[in-house]
Amino acid sequence: MSSTKLEVEYVAELARIKLTPEEVNTFRSQLEIVLQHVERLNQVDVSNVEPMAHSFPIYNVFRNDEPRNGLDNESALANAPRRAQGLFMVTKVVE
Amino acid sequence: MEITSLAAHEILNLLRSRKVSPEEVVTALSRRIERVDPLVHAYLSHDLERALADASSADVSLPLGGLPISIKDIISVKGHPCSCASKILENYIAPYDATVVSRLRAAGAIPFGRLNMDEFAMGSSTENSAFGPSKNPWDITRTPGGSSGGSAAAVAADEAFAALGSDTGGSIRQPAALCGCVGLKPTYGRVSRYGLVAFASSLDQIGPLTKDVEDAALLMDIIAGVDVNDSTSLPEPVTGFSANLRKGVKDLKIGLPKEYFIDGLDPEVEKAVRTAVEHLEGLGAELREISLPHTDYALSTYYVIAPAEASANLARFDGVRYGYRASESDGLIDHYGRTREEGFGAEVKRRIILGTYVLSSGYYDAYYLRAQKVRSLIRKDFADAFEKVDVIACPTSPTPAFGLGERTNDPLSMYLADIFTLAANMAGICGISIPCGFAEQTGKRLPVGLQILGKELDESTILQASYAYEQSTDWHKAKPTISV
Repeated sequence: MSSTKLEVEYVAELARIKLTPEEVNTFRSQLEIVLQHVERLNQVDVSNVEPMAHSFPIYNVFRNDEPRNGLDNESALANAPRRAQGLFMVTKVVE
Repeated sequence: MEITSLAAHEILNLLRSRKVSPEEVVTALSRRIERVDPLVHAYLSHDLERALADASSADVSLPLGGLPISIKDIISVKGHPCSCASKILENYIAPYDATVVSRLRAAGAIPFGRLNMDEFAMGSSTENSAFGPSKNPWDITRTPGGSSGGSAAAVAADEAFAALGSDTGGSIRQPAALCGCVGLKPTYGRVSRYGLVAFASSLDQIGPLTKDVEDAALLMDIIAGVDVNDSTSLPEPVTGFSANLRKGVKDLKIGLPKEYFIDGLDPEVEKAVRTAVEHLEGLGAELREISLPHTDYALSTYYVIAPAEASANLARFDGVRYGYRASESDGLIDHYGRTREEGFGAEVKRRIILGTYVLSSGYYDAYYLRAQKVRSLIRKDFADAFEKVDVIACPTSPTPAFGLGERTNDPLSMYLADIFTLAANMAGICGISIPCGFAEQTGKRLPVGLQILGKELDESTILQASYAYEQSTDWHKAKPTISV
């Protein structure tokens, strides 16, 4: 595990959250304490241990491929902050 | 006596024999909330008119006919708000019912009100709610625990007959312990999560918070079972939890993990829990010391895995399809950044940052992959222990309820509140917290919880042990005096 300083601004950019300078400082000092605590995972011998993503091994759950009703257009759009002509309105992506 | 002080199974008897009507029950609950909730703040909202409409058509011959069940604000009820106590979902109205809710409705229950919580279930005190903390009914200067703090406080304050919560690292059991009610986290996959807003998908489970063990079994009979809409729900038969409740604890082997009785455990909590397990021994159970050797690594493992999954799950909040949207932005990236900065609270941001970091290039193997391996070892600890014992008993929380504001500036101290509960989520096993006594602090009686952990899919046994304990003690009957 690395003791590299947690670059909060860079990680926040990856996570698409615009933090204030105060938040950056607070989070850095708080999360460094948490990460120091996490360092103890280095004490565990994990050689030959399989990683576990899930409590129970369930694979390939299938259902019959039959049509069923989903949300109608109005219900799907009801919570949209911006909508037009039965569609979600998004921020312009291309110039 | 007010009818709101009754347990769910008691009010159901009155409903079935038509001594009260569903409308009277709903009205009494609403009056109780009006009187008590200004002090407790367990609810974010409740819609009396809608509940009365549901009550007027309730079929009292059904298993839960006419019973109002209060819902944590992270579980979807069609047409009701589902804000997850977050500004980002403040005006969101759920477009469909969660499977647990459609099952409750089919059993005759009335989904009632929205219960406060830590934002997106991230926290152990409800202080991370964007709409103000809930208070502990036993001492309103203290937290009810969290994240299902509103659920636990409502049940304890007789503002709910029963409630649903969710548990990712202890979020049902810890507040149940701190408020003196019963809280059950089912086995991972036992209860469908369709309609539960996702926090950490390999850990989250929905479960009941109730006034007694019988009610927990009653709700589990309805909500458990496989669901085509949740591919992680287990295709296992659901045994009658209520029907098997009275089997007792004779010859039940109870393991006491030595790693859970440690420095930092409040002496009064320890005393209450030890007295409780001796009581179970008196009822015919057999006590054995066991070891869960990787206990010391559970918190670290959890705070890699849960934030990692949260950072991925919460990527969906983009201000486009639903939820809060920042009003001014300069292009798409700026729109995301501002929407999420303005919409999320501090703890949610903190965990997204932590989760994004442990998954980021160069750190994935050191943190996330390693944590997943340690998680395997934690799970194996429990599998080994359950070779020797039937259930495991330990404290639910290392301390009784802590003061509002006491831990908010120190995330690690807040995270430590879940030290005894989060291993069960990582192993996927079931666990319950039941009232087992009181600790006296600053002149207040504060509830203590006994946690009983069971094998995967073995909710029946932990319910039986809990029931045997409860029926021979009076702790669950104690009621708080709610005052300023």
